[in-house]
Amino acid sequence: MNWFKYSSPAAFYPLAGKMAPWFLAAGAALGAIGLYIGFFAAPTDFQQGDSYRIIFIHVPAAWMSMLIYVVMAFWAGIGLAFNTRLSSMMAHALAPTGALMTFLALWTGSLWGKPTWGTWWVWDARLTSELILLFLYIGYLSLAAAIDDPRKADKASAVLALVGVINVPIIYYSVQWWNTLHQGASVSITRSPSMAAIMLWGMLVMVFAFWSYCIGAVLLRLRHIIRERERHAAWAGAAGG
Amino acid sequence: MAAGAAAAFGAVLARDLLIAYRRRADVLTTLFFFVIVVSLFPLGVGPEPDTLREIAPGVVWVSALLAAMLSLARMFSGDFADGTLEQLVLAPQPLTWLVLAKVAAHWLTAGLPLVVIGPLLGLQFDLPAEALVVLVVSLLIGTPALSMIGAVGAALTLGVRGGGALTALLVLPLYVPVLIFGAGAVAAAAEGTGAGGHLSLLGAMLMLSLVFAPWAIGAALKISLE
Repeated sequence: MNWFKYSSPAAFYPLAGKMAPWFLAAGAALGAIGLYIGFFAAPTDFQQGDSYRIIFIHVPAAWMSMLIYVVMAFWAGIGLAFNTRLSSMMAHALAPTGALMTFLALWTGSLWGKPTWGTWWVWDARLTSELILLFLYIGYLSLAAAIDDPRKADKASAVLALVGVINVPIIYYSVQWWNTLHQGASVSITRSPSMAAIMLWGMLVMVFAFWSYCIGAVLLRLRHIIRERERHAAWAGAAGG
Repeated sequence: MAAGAAAAFGAVLARDLLIAYRRRADVLTTLFFFVIVVSLFPLGVGPEPDTLREIAPGVVWVSALLAAMLSLARMFSGDFADGTLEQLVLAPQPLTWLVLAKVAAHWLTAGLPLVVIGPLLGLQFDLPAEALVVLVVSLLIGTPALSMIGAVGAALTLGVRGGGALTALLVLPLYVPVLIFGAGAVAAAAEGTGAGGHLSLLGAMLMLSLVFAPWAIGAALKISLE
C-alpha cells in the first residue's frame, strides 16, 4: 500500500470526507457517556463539592490545546521542508480548533476558579502560560490571514509555528518560575487527593471524546481548505459536495 | 571573487549604522517613546514612592520591550522597499551573517540607547544603586535577545497588510521569557536576593536566540521576497 497516495489533496479529500463523520459521531457518543459519568456517576468531591466536575471538560481541553500546537508545528514544518501542500493545509486546519480548545480551557479554568479560589482569574502559572498559548495561536491565525497568497501564507506561518514551538517550553517554565517566585496562588490544581476510579474513567472517556471531536472537526475544515484552494483543478469540479 | 563572511558582516553593519546616523531622529523617537511610557506610570498609578519602587522593574522592562518593538518596523522595510534586501538575499555570502549584521546594527541604534537611559528612569522610581546596576546589565543582555526575536517577526510581516500591529501580535508573546527574567533580575536585586540566576537564564536565552533566530530570519526574508 502506498501511503503517499494520500499526501495529494485530491486523494485525501474523499478519504477525509469518509472519516470525518465517524470521528464526529464517536466524539458525540463518547462525550455523552463521559458527561453522564461526570455529572451523575461520579461522586461529589468532599473538598470542592460539585464544582470540581468542570475538570471533565477542562482537563481534556487543556490537553488538546497544547497537543494541537505541537501537531500544527509538525505539519507546518513538514510543509516547509518538503513543500507538500496538504501538510500546510493541515496546519491551517488545526489552528482554529487549537485556539478554541485553549479558549475553552481558559474559560472553564476561570469558572472553576470562582468557587474554588473566590476569583475569576489568578495569575497562576498554568492559567498564564495557557493565556500566552492563546496569544501564540492568535498570532499564527492573524499572520496566515494577513497574507493573500496562500503558498506564501503557508510558509510564513510555518516559520512562526516553528519559532513558537521552540518557545512554548521556555515560556512554560519561565512562567512557572515567575509564579513560584511571586507566590501568587496558594492553591494549586496539581494537588489532587487520590482521585476516585470512576472520576478517572470519566476523564479518560472525555479525553477520547475531545480527541475524536478535534480530529473530525479538523478533517472537515481541511476539506473546506482543500476545496477552496483546489477549486480550479479538474477533480474539484467533478468531486461534488 | 566573493568577499569573506566577516567582511560582508562589517560592510552591512557599517552601512546600516551610517543610514541610522543620517536619520538620527528615528533613534531619538524610540528613546523618547521609552522615556514617555515610563513616565506615564506614576501618573496612572499615583506618586507613592513605595508603590513605585515595587513596580519599577516591571515598568521599565515592559516599556523597554514596547520601545524595542516599535523600532522593529524600520529594520527591513527601507531595504525591502528599495530592493536592497533582494540583493542581500542573492549575495554569495551566507545570509545568516548578513542578517546578524542587520540585527546588530538595529540593536546598536535602538537597543543600546535604552540600556544607557534605563538607569536614569530607574532613578526616578527610587531604585537602589545595586538594582540600577542590575537593570543596566539585564537590559544589556536582554535587549539583543529582543532584537533577535523581534527581527523574525519583522521579517515575516514585510509587505503584509497591517504590518505594525501584526508584528506586535507575533512578537510580544515570544518576548515573555525575556521580560520575566529581565524584570525578575532587577526585582531580585532590589530585594537583595541576588540576581545571578535570572541573569544567567537571560544570557542563555540570548545564546539560544543567537543560534536559532538568524536561520529563522533568513528563511522569513526569503519567503517575504518571493
